[in-house]
Amino acid sequence: MKISEIARLVDANIYCKGNEDTDIRCAFACDMMSDVLAYVKNQAILVTGLVNPQVIRTAEMMDIPCVIIVRGKEPTPLMLEIAADRGITVMNTKLRMYSVCGILYNHGLPADEGE
Amino acid sequence: MGALHLEYTVAPDDFSRAGEVSGIVKRTLKDLGFPPAVVRRTAIAMYEAEINMVIHANGGKITADITPEEIMIVFADQGPGIPDIDLAMQEGWSTASEDIRDMGFGAGMGLPNIQKSTDYMDVQTTVGVGTTITIKIFVTQ
Ligand SMILES: Nc1ncnc2c1ncn2[C@@H]1O[C@H](COP(=O)(O)OP(=O)(O)O)[C@@H](O)[C@H]1O
Ligand SMILES: [Mg+2]
Repeated sequence: MKISEIARLVDANIYCKGNEDTDIRCAFACDMMSDVLAYVKNQAILVTGLVNPQVIRTAEMMDIPCVIIVRGKEPTPLMLEIAADRGITVMNTKLRMYSVCGILYNHGLPADEGE
Repeated sequence: MGALHLEYTVAPDDFSRAGEVSGIVKRTLKDLGFPPAVVRRTAIAMYEAEINMVIHANGGKITADITPEEIMIVFADQGPGIPDIDLAMQEGWSTASEDIRDMGFGAGMGLPNIQKSTDYMDVQTTVGVGTTITIKIFVTQ
């Protein structure tokens, strides 16, 4: 699934664009960054309600190409600065986490179930 | 490529910058052409250890020694030390404050994940003196 398709499905506002051709195969939803570091095994996108620079640094460490921020929270300027430099797409949506996950899952984007 | 020696200082109490060094080293390893799994394992272990330096100690020093066969990173701080390392290595055990948890860390997953992500991990710690963690990742294609 393309990132532009994901943005359309969850009615997201894109703040920062990375590589638009990346083929997204799975997703992981979480507010604890240590869990992202422990459980993401594939090239997943991250759905989160957390807004701070560590969200983007975590994405960088895990080669996560796209972060979706839920519940209408706004990414901070520092988050966008780091994301732009690392080529990470950042978007937000007014939808809640469960809705975002449900919509993407229904459209064929599975969970990152590990190795 | 020969041997590469890198040294960094991690600032105390600057949560927003925690992870900068891990990012620099990760990009260096990627640019040098190390296998993706080696780059990722190093990045995960480094980032958790760097975050620990900022949230549990008062920053510290990170040195990286990189050869084609092995990546060795040493994290040295002069923080409070770890009174019971066996307990600290257990998944889910954390002394982090609610504030830290609100920022997405403090799940007690860091040290165990550093262990899982590396081929060698050594923790030297003395209460009131500081903590030095050495990790190694062996390069296999
Ligand atoms: N560099 C350090 N200095 C002092 N204490 C530390 C350090 N690193 C880890 N610890 C202690 O070990 C515990 C477990 O660490 P970790 O597994 O990374 O979990 P977390 O950081 O989420 O609490 C921490 O809560 C803290 O008490
Ligand atoms: Mg930790």
